[in-house]
Parts: sequence; C-alpha cells; structure tokens
Amino acid sequence: MPDDIILDVKGLKMYFDVSAPLISRMIRRTSKQMLKAVDGLNFSIRRGETFSLVGESGCGKSTVARAVAGLYTITDGDIVVEGENLSKIRDKTKIAAISKRVQMIFQSPYASLDPRWRVRDIIAEPIRAFHLAKDKADERQQVDTLLRQVGLSPSDGEKYPHEFSGGQRQRISIARALSSRPEFLICDEPTSALDVSVQAQILNLMTELQDDLGLTYLFISHDLAVIDHISDWIGVMYLGRICEITPQPELFKNPLHPYTRLLLATIPDLSGETTHVPLEGEVPNPINPPTGCTFHPRCPYANERCKRERPELRRIGPSEVACHAIEEGRI
Amino acid sequence: MAILEISNLCIEFPTRRGVLSAVEHLSLSIEAGEILGIVGESGAGKSLTGNAIVGLLEPPGHVTGGVILLNGQDITHLSDAEMRKVRGAQIGVIFQDPLTSLDPLYTIGQQLVQTIQTHMDLSRADAKRRAIDLLVEVGIPAPERRFDAYPHEFSGGMRQRVVIALALCCDPCLIIADEPTTALDVSVQAQIIALLKRLAREKGVATMLVTHDMGVIAEAADRVAVIYSGRLAEIGEVRSVIDTPKHPYTKGLMDSIPQIGQNLELLPNIPGAMPRLDSRPDGCAFNPRCEKAKAVCREKMSGLFTAGEKKQMAACWVYAGGDEYA
Ligand SMILES: Nc1ncnc2c1ncn2[C@@H]1O[C@H](COP(=O)(O)OP(=O)(O)OP(=O)(O)O)[C@@H](O)[C@H]1O
Ligand SMILES: Nc1ncnc2c1ncn2[C@@H]1O[C@H](COP(=O)(O)OP(=O)(O)O)[C@@H](O)[C@H]1O
Ligand code: SF4
Ligand code: SF4
Ligand SMILES: [Mg+2]
Ligand SMILES: [Mg+2]
Repeated sequence: MPDDIILDVKGLKMYFDVSAPLISRMIRRTSKQMLKAVDGLNFSIRRGETFSLVGESGCGKSTVARAVAGLYTITDGDIVVEGENLSKIRDKTKIAAISKRVQMIFQSPYASLDPRWRVRDIIAEPIRAFHLAKDKADERQQVDTLLRQVGLSPSDGEKYPHEFSGGQRQRISIARALSSRPEFLICDEPTSALDVSVQAQILNLMTELQDDLGLTYLFISHDLAVIDHISDWIGVMYLGRICEITPQPELFKNPLHPYTRLLLATIPDLSGETTHVPLEGEVPNPINPPTGCTFHPRCPYANERCKRERPELRRIGPSEVACHAIEEGRI
Repeated sequence: MAILEISNLCIEFPTRRGVLSAVEHLSLSIEAGEILGIVGESGAGKSLTGNAIVGLLEPPGHVTGGVILLNGQDITHLSDAEMRKVRGAQIGVIFQDPLTSLDPLYTIGQQLVQTIQTHMDLSRADAKRRAIDLLVEVGIPAPERRFDAYPHEFSGGMRQRVVIALALCCDPCLIIADEPTTALDVSVQAQIIALLKRLAREKGVATMLVTHDMGVIAEAADRVAVIYSGRLAEIGEVRSVIDTPKHPYTKGLMDSIPQIGQNLELLPNIPGAMPRLDSRPDGCAFNPRCEKAKAVCREKMSGLFTAGEKKQMAACWVYAGGDEYA
C-alpha cells in the first residue's frame, strides 16, 4: 500500500437490525429485517487531501462517517487507518492512539457541545483524555492557542455554549476536534446549519487549517457548490454504495454516472431558473433495495443486465464509475 | 388583505446585565400564496421573529412593541392556550432541527394521528388515513410500513419530511419554515421546495421561508427580506435583490456564496462578525464591517429607502438621496 494513503476503506458494510421484537416476529411469522445502510463501499483518501461524499438523504453518508470514526461495530469490510485495520485491533492503547488521530465534527453544532460545560473544558477534554498537557498551565495555553486558531478569543473559553451563535459553536467544535492534534478530520455537514457568510469563514478556516497542519478531510455535505469548492476527490453515493469517484473539477464538468447527471440537474442555483429535472420516482427503501444496480428503477439507461447484475467500480480516465451502460459504451 | 402583517416588531430579553434588544422595528407582510424568504446571519433575529409570530418565544424573551396581524386578527399578545389553538389550526411550523419537533418516544404514526385528532374532528381510522396521505405527499417511501417507525430510525431528510407532514396536518393558511431544508441534500431539497411552492400556488398558503441558502431563496421565494442584527437591511422582489443587491451587507452576502466552477482557494467573505446584541454600534449596525461607511453611518440609524426598481428598499444612507451621506 502506498505510504500516502491515510484511509483505505474496503468492502465496508454496515447493516442495522430493524426487525420487530422477536415475539411479534413469531406471531406474524416475519423474519429478521436488515437495513443495509452501507453495502460494500470502497474508497481511499490520500494524506493532505479532501475526499467528499455526496448523495441523497439516507444514502448512508453519515453512517460511513460514523463507521470510519470507529463509532460502530461494522458488519463487514475493512477500515484501514494509516495501515492499522480498525476492525481488527483489540489492543486498547492502539485504539486510543488511532482515535486521537481521527476526530469528527458533526452536522449540528447545537447537539455536539455539552451545554453544562465551559467552552474551555469542552476543548480541553481530549487533551485530558489523551494526557497531552504537561500541567494545568500548559493545558490552558493549548486551549488559548486553539481558540485563537479558530478565530475566537481566549476569554471565550470561560463562557458556555449557549452564549454563542451557530457559527461560533461550530468554531468551538473544530477547536475541540483539533485539540488532540489529529491528522484526519471527519466532517459531517459541518457548515450546513450555518448562514452563507459564516459558512464562507468556516470553509476558509478549514482550508487554512488544512494548509497549516497538513490535515486530511473526509467531508460530507449536501451542498454541491460547497463540495466543488472544498474537495480534491468526490464520491457520489446512492443507497449505501458509491457509484462514482471523481477528481473535483471533473464531476461538474463531465459527470459520468446516470445518477450523478440527475443529481447535478437538481442544484438550485442563483439563477432561479428551474432547469431541474427533479429526480423521478421514490427513493428506494434500503430495507428492501432493488436488485442488480440499485438505481435501475430510476435510471433512463437501465436494461435487463442492470436488473440482475450489480455493477462494480471501474476505472474510466481519472474516475471510477459503477455502471453497465458506461462499461458497455451505451452512454 | 395580507395573511400576515408585522409592523414595528420589537423583541427584547431582560438580562442581569441589562436589556438586550434582539429585534428592532421590523415590518413585513406576506400575501396569500406568496413565499417571503428571510435571510441573514446566525443570530440576526430570524428565528425570534418566526417564534414571536407563533407565540413560541422562550422567556424571558418577549415582544415589547409592534403588532402581528394574522388575517387581520391581532395575535401579538394571545395567551398560551389561545395561541396554541391558532398555531394548530392556522399556522404550520417547521423548525430547523427536525428532532426538536419530533418526540423520540412515539412512532411517527402516533405523532401524526395525535396532532390531527387534536385539531380536527376525525375518527382514529380517518386520522390514520390522512396521516398516510400526508406522508405520501411529503415523499416518504412505503408510508404504511414506516408508520410504526420511531424518529431515530429515519435519516435527517426523512425526519424533516415527517415534520412537514406534521405542519400540514390541519391545512394551515400560514407556514413558518425555519431552515426547513438546511440539513437536507439537493434532490430532497428540490422536492421540499417544490412541495412548499405547490402549497403556496394551489392552496394559497402564505409562507415565511427562513433559510441561509440563497439558492433556495432564488428557487422558492417571491420576495426576500434580508435581516442584519435584528433590523431589516433590505427587502424586495427576489430577482432584484439577488441580481442587484443594494445594501452593502447584501452585496457581501451574495459574494460569499460558493458557486460551482468558481475554483477559488478561499471564498470572499465579509470581515468580522455581526455585533453581539450587547455591543451593537451606534448608527448603522453594519458600519464596522462596511467599506462605504461614513460619519453619518456611525451616528444615526438609516431608515428604509427606495434603492432600485420594483419596490426594492434598503436601510442604508447611500440611498438617502439627501446630503447627509456626503
Ligand atoms: N441506528 C439506526 N438504526 C436503523 N437504521 C438506521 C440507523 N442509523 C441509520 N439508519 C438508516 O440507514 C440509512 C442511512 O442513514 P444515514 O444517516 O447514514 O444517511 P445520510 O446519507 O447521512 O442521510 P442524511 O443526508 O439525511 O443525513 C437510512 O435509511 C437510515 O434510516
Ligand atoms: N434566551 C435568550 N437570551 C438572550 N439572547 C437571546 C436568547 N435567544 C436568542 N437570543 C439572541 O437574539 C438574537 C437573535 O436570535 P435568533 O432569532 O435565534 O437568530 P437567527 O437569526 O439565527 O434565527 C441572537 O443574538 C441571540 O443570541
Ligand atoms: S448500471 Fe444500468 S441502471 Fe445502473 S446506472 Fe448504469 S445504466 Fe443505469
Ligand atoms: S448605512 Fe452606512 S455603514 Fe450602513 S450599510 Fe449603508 S453605507 Fe454601510
Ligand atoms: Mg447524515
Ligand atoms: Mg435561527
């Protein structure tokens, strides 16, 4: 494996048991039901780069983020962080060493900060957990530096989360995530609860921190313009799978997968001219996904093979695409 | 007659350190079938305005001035019980975070049926049928099967659809939607915008759409109001405000929106931050961040001036036309 790969995800599966309780299953004679939130995912991220995931609500982006952050016991597959296979490690100190290097910033800056703690203590928590400060004075200095790094002032450390605006709370979340000096940040919709001018500041902050600290990002956003701005690589997800992995400018200049094309047509832009072909049909149910290519019920290029056979990612130029029609040269 | 008419709304918070004035002399109105977009930075006062309309201001916050008319009826100071009736029967509320509107302990079916039965005289079976129709309307796949699911079993987007279904339970004439698509991705967002537009066109619902996404405003709103530090900065038809923003704050806001294909290393952004309520500068609240600020801006607050065609108005001295801004 080349050295500069910081995260390698292979065949990742995360199924949730959504069965009714055993007793009612016995009465109704139904079987166990598994919701396949993530169903066989492959991608890797190079050090210092930003890899983004886009896709419709419920397609499994947050599940991937949480799995990579080690918050789930995954159903199958490998998550390899800097050569260490997350699902195989049993050694507690190794797990701690990895979780120190991988931190997560959540969708909602409201839910992720404990309202009863002072900001200083929130930010210092990972420093304490991983014993990263020599003494109290050192800890204080580290927190002050972090607060400045994210555009707040040391005196803000004495306040409580509710005294801050959404953008400021997200700055606090970022400071907290940075406090264990991670190399890899998982950012699940970090700016989607923020207003645009604040979003611009947070995205700029993330870009600057990446340049200064050499951070690697797994970035999730529903906003394609944000994705275009921040990413080096983009993975488009549909129903628990990746259908296209593309370098940033390519996705918007030259979308390949039929789903990506439809997705791009739905962006509301400032022109207000509704060019979009809204995605037809229902979002299929991940409890009972369509056979073969899961996109086939909504795909204008679907044929018999698409209903039967699941397409795998194949290299096309700089991209990887999972589509029979493209492989067959039909589109 | 406008469905909603707010004039000179003022909202204050008494605190130990003095009274914070969060919203100041805000006036706007929404006609039947019209979608009014509200944009502004976090903390600008958008949610407080929405909450004041539906009587959900959290104490000690309270309305200290102005009038809120719903279909001509003054609802500014209704009691909690009276307000609850108005809210259930005439106003649908959709909040930013679907989890605040959903009870984790009840299935979404139970919550819908309960809301419907509280405000409409329907049997359980009819209420259930209506609930399922609403879930279909907001695009929940397999609604019969998901009827008995709990909120945590849904993704963010699906939860928000359930919240919209809840807001639609009683055919409201006004919808207050506070960041309804913020946590959703584009295709769902497009569907939810389409849904809100359809409700406006077909049912004449007046909608107040609070969002930080100008793309959503461009798609959905007929008019847009820009709020800065609790005050109206600019208001006008959506195309005029987006294509030719007049207020310096609106201009900065428009520039900070990333656009596909732009390929900038860093995004343009307005330096600094919106002032906190306890440290709002004298005069125009935007003056410390404004390139166009002059002496008058630091002394006196600007009124609303016509700044462009088609009733585009900006609260900015640049458009005062006299010799004060010189
Ligand atoms: N704990 C859980 N139990 C059961 N199902 C779950 C659980 N967590 C997630 N799911 C399901 O897994 C699928 C993927 O969910 P996930 O939260 O990863 O979606 P997402 O792509 O992040 O969506 P969004 O854009 O709406 O945040 C959804 O169908 C969701 O309902
Ligand atoms: N309970 C409270 N006590 C003091 N200030 C508050 C309270 N709730 C809101 N505010 C302040 O009122 C202002 C407007 O808030 P809000 O309407 O929530 O903003 P937004 O435009 O983001 O929706 C903010 O400065 C906020 O800090
Ligand atoms: S594999 Fe078939 S159904 Fe799937 S996207 Fe390609 S053409 Fe469409
Ligand atoms: S009134 Fe003055 S400070 Fe305020 S926006 Fe206009 S020019 Fe800028
Ligand atoms: Mg998510
Ligand atoms: Mg708000």
